[in-house]
Order: sequence, then structure tokens, then C-alpha cells
Amino acid sequence: MNHPWTGPRLARVALLLAVAVFGPAAGPRSGFETMSPELRAMQQDDLANPGMLHVAEGEAQFQQQGCTACHSAEAMQGVAARYPAFDAARDGPIDLAGRIAQCREERQGRAPLPREGKEMLALSVFVAHQSRGLPLTPNPDPRMEFVRRQGEALFRERRGQLNLSCGQCHDDNAGRRLAGSLIPEGHANGYPLYRLEWQGLGSLQRRLRNCMVGVRSEPFAPGAAEYIALEAFLAERARGLVVETPAVRP
Amino acid sequence: MARTLLRVPGTAQRGEVVEIRTLIQHPMETGFRPGADGTVQPRDIIRRFTCLYNNRPVFEADLHPAIAANPYLTFTFVARESGVLAFIWEGDNGFSQTETRALTVA
Repeated sequence: MNHPWTGPRLARVALLLAVAVFGPAAGPRSGFETMSPELRAMQQDDLANPGMLHVAEGEAQFQQQGCTACHSAEAMQGVAARYPAFDAARDGPIDLAGRIAQCREERQGRAPLPREGKEMLALSVFVAHQSRGLPLTPNPDPRMEFVRRQGEALFRERRGQLNLSCGQCHDDNAGRRLAGSLIPEGHANGYPLYRLEWQGLGSLQRRLRNCMVGVRSEPFAPGAAEYIALEAFLAERARGLVVETPAVRP
Repeated sequence: MARTLLRVPGTAQRGEVVEIRTLIQHPMETGFRPGADGTVQPRDIIRRFTCLYNNRPVFEADLHPAIAANPYLTFTFVARESGVLAFIWEGDNGFSQTETRALTVA
């Protein structure tokens, strides 16, 4: 079984030690580390993690939608760890869900799937699951550098009626509490993930929309370029964390 | 058909306590929540779970609103003979699903 937390256990212990000695600046810390032991057990057990139901659904969709005509599941290994990527055809960045949609619409010539519908989420989680346990290695394409800088600007920009930026919570106050909830560092290394609050599987864009509504700002349009820029920056920010898809979060 | 994840040991010693874990995909809509249009969404939950071992019930549970989506149930029983385990979920809107697994007792 390809398991993210048994292989690199030594590395994890070393990381925890480093965190204890040098403080949280030692490296990115996955939200997994700060979850309750019960939730961690739920994520680690493939027969208790409800995200695995969606992975099974995605595996069936991968066959049904004809993805297997060109791709194999094995070839999808590591793909999610290096997305978002730069797409020459549209001369811009593209995220994993966008790539799946592009494949379907342009190469298969079929009607688009709803971006956060059941099928698209299942396909995304199945493809991303193939990279579980691999470290995030953001796309080295030099054209992504500009996108990442755009994303960082958005991350630092104060937004909404509460006039808060992402960084003010997830950098400056990570590890402290907002009401009863622990503020995580906000690393996107397990999406699409199963969130208990949603009682279901959701995408990174849904999570970002949640945060934006939380600070009372207008979310970007679904699938907007701003989300992809933010995702590109978040991937760089979480560089080296292993992919946990499908993660479980409170 | 809802997707399920079942952990059932394929073999057991006679008299051994066997642990079963079941997870089924289901929204467990409570019947109290308003939808996006403000109207209350009708209840859609699993009402009853039964585990039969050679057609004899070894575990039964009634489920109610406020049980989380994708209910996860785990239970144990004593394996005395080889046979077939049947897992049956029944609920609102005629929901009914049965999964079976073989258990060999040495």
C-alpha cells in the first residue's frame, strides 16, 4: 500500500524535532500535523477515509469517460504534485481540474462537466490520489514564476469588509485559535479533500471561496485565473510537503 | 448503487472475535436543513443497518437524523462457523443495498 506516513516517518520525526528546536519557521507544516489523533487515524485508514469512496468513483469514471484510451493510472503518478502547469495552447496557467476539462472538451470534443460536480471531483481526486506520498515539486517552467508572483500578491492583499489578507491568518497567526478552531498554515497538499464541515469532498477553490466569504469579500468567479495564481503560489509555499489526497480535515 | 468500503477478514480461528468495519456513501440529509432556495430539504437518511451471518442477525443498528454523512459503523462478533456475511442498509426513498462477504473459519 502506498502510504504517506509510514515511509517518511523518520523524516517526519526529524521535522518535528526541527520544529521543536527552531520554531515553526523550520519548514511548512501540513494541516495533518495539527489535527486530532482520531482525524489523523481516519485519514490514514483507507477503509475509514470517506474520500476513498470518491477515489473509487473516480477510478470508474476514468474508465467510463474514456480517459484510459490515452492515459493509464500509473502515468498519472506525480502529476498532481507539479500542478498548476503552464499551458502553451491557452498561453496561461492551468490547474488539474482545468486540464481534465480541456482534455474532455478539446480532445474528446464532449460537453463540459460542471467544475465542482460529482464526476469532475471524482476524476480530480482519482488523478491526485496517484501522487499520494510524493513531495510537492512546483512546476519549474519559468513562465510560472510570474503566475506565482501574482498569486503571492493576492495572498498578501487585504480583502473584504474584515480587511484581512490570507497571510494575516495563515502566516502571522498560524497555530493560534480563531474562535475554537486552530488556524492551520493553509497548505494545499491534500486537495480535493474530505471536509467534515462539508460532509463531503471539495476542491481547493471551494476552500478558497469559503475563506473569502469568511472575511466578507466577494469570491472570484468559479474557475477564475486568480484561483490558479493562488494555487500556484500555495504549491510553492508548501514545496516539499507530501501529497495527502484525499486528505481529511475538520 | 452507493459505494461501500468494507473491512472483513477473509479467515478467522474458531471462537475468534472478528472486527468488521463498514463505510457507505450516503448524504444523510437530516430533513431540517434549508437548501439554497430557502425551502427545507426532505429527509434522506439510512434508517437501519443489519449484518446477517448465515442469515442470523449478529448486529443491527437504527440510524437517525444528525448522524454524519457516509456512516461508518464498526462492530465485533465471535466467529463460530464458516459462512456468508450479508450487510444490509435500508433507508428513506426506498434505499436498500446489500453487500456480501465470505468468512472461512478454520
